[in-house]
Amino acid sequence: MKARLISTVVTVIAVSATAACGGGGTSTSSSSSGSSKTLTYWASNQGTSLENDKVVLAPELAKFQQQTGVKVNLQVIGWPDLLNKILGATTSGQGPDVLNIGNTWAASLQATGAFMPFDSTALTAIGGQDKFVPTAFATGGALGKAPTSVPLYGLVYGLYYNKKMFADAGLKPPTTWQELQAAATKLTDPTKKQYGMVLEGGSYTESVHFAFIFGRQNGGQPFDSSGKATFTSDGMVNGVKQYVDLVGKDKVVNPSDVQYKNGPEAPGDFAKGKAAMLMSQNNADNTLQADGMKSTEYGVVPIPAPSPLPAAGKDVASFVAGINLSIFKNTKNQDAALKFVNFMTSPAEQAILDKPFTALPVIKGGTVNFTDNLAEANAFAQVLATKAEPLPLIPAESAFETNVGNAVNGLLAQAATGKDVSTSDIKAALQQAQDQMAAAG
Amino acid sequence: MHEPRSFRLFRVVVVVGLGLFTIVPLYVMVTSALKPLGDVQGDFRWWPSHPTFRPFIDMWSTVPLARYFVNSLVVSVTATAFSVLIAIFAAYAVSRYRFMGRRPFTGAVLATQMFPGILFLLPLFLIFVNIDKQLGFTFVYQTRVGLIVTYLTFSLPFSIWMLASYLDGIPRELDEAARVDGCRTLGTLFRVVLPAARPGVIAVAVYAFMTSWGEILFASQMTNDATKTLSIGLQNYSTQINVYWNQVMAASLVVSLPVVIAFLFLQKYLVAGLTSGSVK
Amino acid sequence: MPVTTTKPTSEAVAAGVPPRRRRRWKGATPYLLILPAVLLELLIHIVPMIVGIWMSFIQLTQFFIANWSQAPSAGLGNYKIAVDFSSPIGRALLHSFTVSCLYTLIVVGLAWLFGMSAAAVLQHGFRGRGGLRTLFLVPYALPIYAGVITWSFMFQRDNGLVNHVLVSNLHLLNDPPFWLIGNNAFVSMAVVALWRSWPFAFLMIMAGMQSIPDEVYQAAAVDGAGIWQQLRYITLGMLRPVNVVLVLMLFLWTFNDFNTPFVLFGPTPPQSADLISIHIYDNSFVNWNFGLGSAMSVLLLLFLLVVTGAYLLVTNRRSRRA
Repeated sequence: MKARLISTVVTVIAVSATAACGGGGTSTSSSSSGSSKTLTYWASNQGTSLENDKVVLAPELAKFQQQTGVKVNLQVIGWPDLLNKILGATTSGQGPDVLNIGNTWAASLQATGAFMPFDSTALTAIGGQDKFVPTAFATGGALGKAPTSVPLYGLVYGLYYNKKMFADAGLKPPTTWQELQAAATKLTDPTKKQYGMVLEGGSYTESVHFAFIFGRQNGGQPFDSSGKATFTSDGMVNGVKQYVDLVGKDKVVNPSDVQYKNGPEAPGDFAKGKAAMLMSQNNADNTLQADGMKSTEYGVVPIPAPSPLPAAGKDVASFVAGINLSIFKNTKNQDAALKFVNFMTSPAEQAILDKPFTALPVIKGGTVNFTDNLAEANAFAQVLATKAEPLPLIPAESAFETNVGNAVNGLLAQAATGKDVSTSDIKAALQQAQDQMAAAG
Repeated sequence: MHEPRSFRLFRVVVVVGLGLFTIVPLYVMVTSALKPLGDVQGDFRWWPSHPTFRPFIDMWSTVPLARYFVNSLVVSVTATAFSVLIAIFAAYAVSRYRFMGRRPFTGAVLATQMFPGILFLLPLFLIFVNIDKQLGFTFVYQTRVGLIVTYLTFSLPFSIWMLASYLDGIPRELDEAARVDGCRTLGTLFRVVLPAARPGVIAVAVYAFMTSWGEILFASQMTNDATKTLSIGLQNYSTQINVYWNQVMAASLVVSLPVVIAFLFLQKYLVAGLTSGSVK
Repeated sequence: MPVTTTKPTSEAVAAGVPPRRRRRWKGATPYLLILPAVLLELLIHIVPMIVGIWMSFIQLTQFFIANWSQAPSAGLGNYKIAVDFSSPIGRALLHSFTVSCLYTLIVVGLAWLFGMSAAAVLQHGFRGRGGLRTLFLVPYALPIYAGVITWSFMFQRDNGLVNHVLVSNLHLLNDPPFWLIGNNAFVSMAVVALWRSWPFAFLMIMAGMQSIPDEVYQAAAVDGAGIWQQLRYITLGMLRPVNVVLVLMLFLWTFNDFNTPFVLFGPTPPQSADLISIHIYDNSFVNWNFGLGSAMSVLLLLFLLVVTGAYLLVTNRRSRRA
């Protein structure tokens, strides 16, 4: 009897305590550092391994400590965990002071209200809005609101092509989508297990990225100006068709590619010469070289658009991918955090870190230094500056990615198993994705 | 015992069939651990073209494997020890005493097995954060202690139910004989009943250990760099640049070796049957 | 656990069985014995569950995740979305539910069958028995991640061992099929789950078999029972309590299985392999709609409670008649 009484009391206390403290948006919550002389920084994995990332960042953090007297406690978090950890921090109020985020999460994280907006004072403290490349800066948060993140590393898609295979076939790197299709068809020979193009066909993030890019090329927009989902617009449907046709109609992709979902598999195939072309973000360089390809063996051009451009179409070659820096609103060391952001986005640090992390500089006047292939560097810089648009800057962005990415994966699988993928199939799949957006609140 | 032909044939079929089912993936793991990275997803081969032991060396530096291994061991062993102990107490109560609240207790304990982990993951996380706030120091948030407490509770329900079944199979005369000899409750439990239930206790201990050893969802949320366990640590071999499959395989084989050796050692205890002489 | 009741039931009385007169224990001992378990369950399971259930009644999206107390009430709104089977979300949930049921039935059934067979044939002495027992337990000892990854290698269409054996070696099929996408994904997922689950069933049954004394078998042999009859009547009979728990637990774990599909397919599995736990994960963690995810979880919980209740009722009735 007594035990029951005690348990009841414990339950009541525990429930009320949890309900009262659930959320932790109050001032009693603190970041895990204590004094104003330490910062906790959660970095994402950008290099060859978590441990290697620590080795790369350590001297820079030491430099920062020397300059400002602030010690930085570094944790490098792998991508499988990062979003969940950020979620935990947001929910509980216990988290780092500064953190890396995938820039596509910026608007969703902004909507939680747990991150510090960069108002004009803060922006001045980090060197001013003008120091950033405008397309990169635009990814910091929703339109019309003060951003809650600033760009750190820039990434864009490019079309990698195998120089030898192209030269042997007498082909030049494609400048229009039709040229790409022709080149890919010429270089596809299933009997020799060689294909014109390789895709990471099982990765829903890759699928949604290309749905966006090609949708924009065809004049579509995933969301209209009022924020309503317009996945089934002609432009989006045609864009998805352009991508899926690579597997289905053009048959320039090895059907087995639809099993690739981890990221490095497609670059791996490209490096081994199993495919002549690869559409990937510029950090594929690291993978290619790790797999034994030299930077002289491949070239990069912007992903081409159909020519002539369809109605309302834009010559979009990539979305603005990359990593942004955010500051937790609950941080006790806001000054130190701002100093740190300023430090990491300074020209000197950008130049140093862009190389091991194969990133593009997000500040004006930076030079692309992660590759010694000048043509490649120029191609990527050009894409970031003139041919890239951010993914929809809305709070439901991850829902968008999951639903559309999943739909396109399904269509790719359908094409890979030999079934025809018609426009109505695509429209139906995108309609379902659109309907599921209602779940995202 | 005479075994008819049909049974012997059945044994051969079962052993060969299940043996193959078990061994073939193990074989793939071992050969993958011996391949250079480029070959792992390359063309299929029964034997690697260039066998190498590099993955076994690199795996320690790509990821702090030693630290993860120690964390997993500490957490799993501690959680198992406490879980089995607490389960023994509770199972003994359930099996031997008809007390009021016995049914609700067993029912509630069973019901907790139906709670989907994702439902109470965030609330539990919040509770730990709040406990630490009340205490003023880090006790359960992102620590091994927090993980131990969580895991030992996870394995309780099944352990209690299983042990209660095993204990039910042990005749009460054993208890009575012990009391006649002068033992009180705990004495009866530990000196007489438990030794007779040893296979059950060992099976449950194995289960508790493996539950802690392999748990992923809560480990990913409740640990930080310093306290991370193997189950999610292994996922860090998948990086931005490459997925080091060969190192994943090598690491998995190496960290499983102690567990398998323990199994080899323990399985003979599982065979110790109920000593028929104990009642007399 | 065999629920041999202490109360005389009308059934028992009608069958002419004298009511057991066992008085309720009046003392603190049992309560002290279960106290640690109770406290831990409250802290780790019960209280968070109550909070989780509360989450299902509010609109907990990314807008309110940092401050739960401010989230507006959704009443039964989340539940309505989940069970509206005419809408895509409800339909998807129902589909996921049917896939999970089918998956669980197949995996649990086969895992139990394999475990029972292996335990039966390894029960009596022959050399190498210990080594075989250990070998069979190895898949259970391996980290989930590595085991599932290995199978995903084996199921690769071009380079996987499965297709290599089926197509090139055994010539059972002409075209290498896909195992990781489309409808075959269900099969591959079930195979992987079976590979990991059956050793556990084997372990538990093996332990259970140890408590059956040899004399019982010897007496039966004297009475003329052959090995198959002994298995059927003695072993299965005396293993009943263990089997009842084992099958129930396997059912619950397999139904709630998150790791197998997640490691095999990532957070967005193919339609045929959309297990309910991944489905709910997609609707909560990935879509940032924790209210809806919680509502789906609560519905899942209710379903499991009903099934378990029915299962225990049926198994109890049988044990009383026996």
